[in-house]
Amino acid sequence: MPRLVSISDASGWTERLKDAAGVALIALLLGIPMIGLTTADQGGALEVLTRWPLLGAFVAVVFCGRLLLRYLLDLLKRRRQTRERQQGEVTAVTMKRVWLDGRVLSAIGWLVLGVALVLPVVFSDNRYVVDIATTVLIYVMLGWGLNVVVGLAGLLDMGHAAFYAVGAYAYALLATRFGWGFWEALPVAGLIATVFGLAIGWPSLRLRGDYLAIVTLGFGEIIRVVLVNWTDFSGGPNGISQIPRPNFFGLPFSPSGDRPTFASFFGLEFSPMHRIIFLYYVILMLSLLTNALVARLRRLPIGRAWEAMREDEIACKALGMDVTKIKLSAFALGAMLGGVAGVFFAARQGFISPESFTFNESAIILAIVVLGGMGSQLGVVLASLVLVLIPEIGRDFSEYRMLLFGTAMILIMIWRPAGILSHREPTLRHAAAGGEHA
Amino acid sequence: MALALQQLINGLTLGAVYGLIAIGYTMVYGIIGMINFAHGDIYMVSAFIAVTGFTLLTAFGVESVVLALFVVLVVTVLFTSVYGWAVERVAYRPLRGSARLVPLISSIGMSIFLQNMVQLTQGARVKPIPPMITGGVDLLTVNGFTARLSYSQVIIVLVTVLLLAAFTWLITRTSFGRQQRACEQDRMMTALLGIDVDRTISLTFMLGAALAAVAGVMVTMYYGVVDFYIGFVAGIKAFTAAVLGGIGSLPGAMLGGLIIGLIEAFWSNYLSAEYKDVATFSILILVLLFRPSGLLGRPEVEKV
Repeated sequence: MPRLVSISDASGWTERLKDAAGVALIALLLGIPMIGLTTADQGGALEVLTRWPLLGAFVAVVFCGRLLLRYLLDLLKRRRQTRERQQGEVTAVTMKRVWLDGRVLSAIGWLVLGVALVLPVVFSDNRYVVDIATTVLIYVMLGWGLNVVVGLAGLLDMGHAAFYAVGAYAYALLATRFGWGFWEALPVAGLIATVFGLAIGWPSLRLRGDYLAIVTLGFGEIIRVVLVNWTDFSGGPNGISQIPRPNFFGLPFSPSGDRPTFASFFGLEFSPMHRIIFLYYVILMLSLLTNALVARLRRLPIGRAWEAMREDEIACKALGMDVTKIKLSAFALGAMLGGVAGVFFAARQGFISPESFTFNESAIILAIVVLGGMGSQLGVVLASLVLVLIPEIGRDFSEYRMLLFGTAMILIMIWRPAGILSHREPTLRHAAAGGEHA
Repeated sequence: MALALQQLINGLTLGAVYGLIAIGYTMVYGIIGMINFAHGDIYMVSAFIAVTGFTLLTAFGVESVVLALFVVLVVTVLFTSVYGWAVERVAYRPLRGSARLVPLISSIGMSIFLQNMVQLTQGARVKPIPPMITGGVDLLTVNGFTARLSYSQVIIVLVTVLLLAAFTWLITRTSFGRQQRACEQDRMMTALLGIDVDRTISLTFMLGAALAAVAGVMVTMYYGVVDFYIGFVAGIKAFTAAVLGGIGSLPGAMLGGLIIGLIEAFWSNYLSAEYKDVATFSILILVLLFRPSGLLGRPEVEKV
């Protein structure tokens, strides 16, 4: 049942004006201490500054905005009512809007894949676009990893950035201290992240729901605090720099060298874009592998077990399934995928510090999974696009970009509480199990 | 000995603040079953309002510390309650009845929004205000170290105790308290009995915000520095306190707050200040492993 923000039956202008005046009053109360008054440092001591005109403008904007919103909502409501009257009795089932059906979804999926494949060819001399696309893909990869844990197995993990950090630091340390290359380090770092996933998961998976959330959050913070403070090991707040970049099957992306470089081997003129495009394809390939793996696992008994456990844990126990093992496998797989994304992140940036792995990062990854529609692979892609592009679009008025980001998170949740693509249906479904529109 | 006493005093003061914030988490969790991530930022907003209030009163030449403290406390509590109400109305009420994770994400969005709103409107720099209450009582001197109970610490503990007494009365004795507890047990049934559930939830948010505002004023008075990022750390600690005490339990939240405050004070003094957050979370994890419903929480009953 779609819910709108607020609908009252009255649609006269007096009602609307009253309503808007009420909202404006609240805005005034909220605005007085934050917009109307501010403090500034004036020669060592704070002094209060007033900004009444700004507050007035803010309240006026809220008033007009609310009036307009109410008008539009009433208009929408009236149109729906007339339509219902024309159609006569309408049952709840037929009222249910069809958002996107399976065929359209898979068409969109292929379209997105096609765009992703040709994007660096089209934008081969636009570093900015390829860089952003790479960032989107890192988040897609992280989102898909967390989707296994949250979307499929239904375990609320709020510390996913910890595994991202473990992967990134594992590669950074292996590469800078032991001279490992990207491709050797990738599986090993993934394995290390898996071990961390198991170590964290083993004790905490006995907990349910929100307790699990706070414990994973706690572990995420512990790992970050250790990285900040254990300077000998991790470089502390300064992080690790000069992390080697991946090469193309042994051919480095450098302008010249003693050994053949990528450019000289293929007889191309050297361009810094080669590496950027190569990195893009690496993460694209890693993401596609992830997607294939997860799609495959969903059809295996273990994937079915994850979804069964998400739907009803007690029933699973009653059927004799080993819930701990099922949870651990989901957690470990999510950790491994997060770790692999971390390796890629470290290799791409060439520099990492604990700053990149704060709780905000975990929150963004979780937001991607939930905004996308839990369990939906394509939803993760769309949500990553939205969440990476909003701050990018906002770059021109950069002070407001995170404000915009927070607002978007709230609005998307209100607009579509089940996520952009609500695809939370179990892969297997019993015919009689009707679902939500009862 | 004197050092330990000092840490005990510091820990209890800090714990009182955490406890006040934790009550907001635990009440909201009890009534609508969601983690309100924006609660820490409500506390941060209140600290900024308090800074403005104190500065304004100084500018008007109010000399009496008691009067200043009282006025700022009342004003901050009022404005912050409006924030608490607005946050619930805008970000959570439209989501009532949706899946559990949805309001959580919305509250993370709200937290990001509030942080950046304050950063934009009040500036990203740290706001220092001069210490208002100086002086204290020397309690004990051993080997040249003097344990000292400052007047501001006395005020924090006193206000917290008074507030808790009033709050307990509100929840156990008044009709609002009964409605609030009824909503916690069964929202549908409460609605059928003619109680405005939405209004009760709104009031719960305002009450939580009011307690956080008291914590905000106390911290502003005690430490004298405020920035837009304090809400995150305090929020996480307070939430940890709520879980530690058993989420949904009001005395548990206060107890959890005190324990976290004490652990922090002793750990940073005797072991290492850098790892005090690790200590907090490790203890939380250990408690949850051996007592999954927290110290004073009721064990969750799974119904099939």
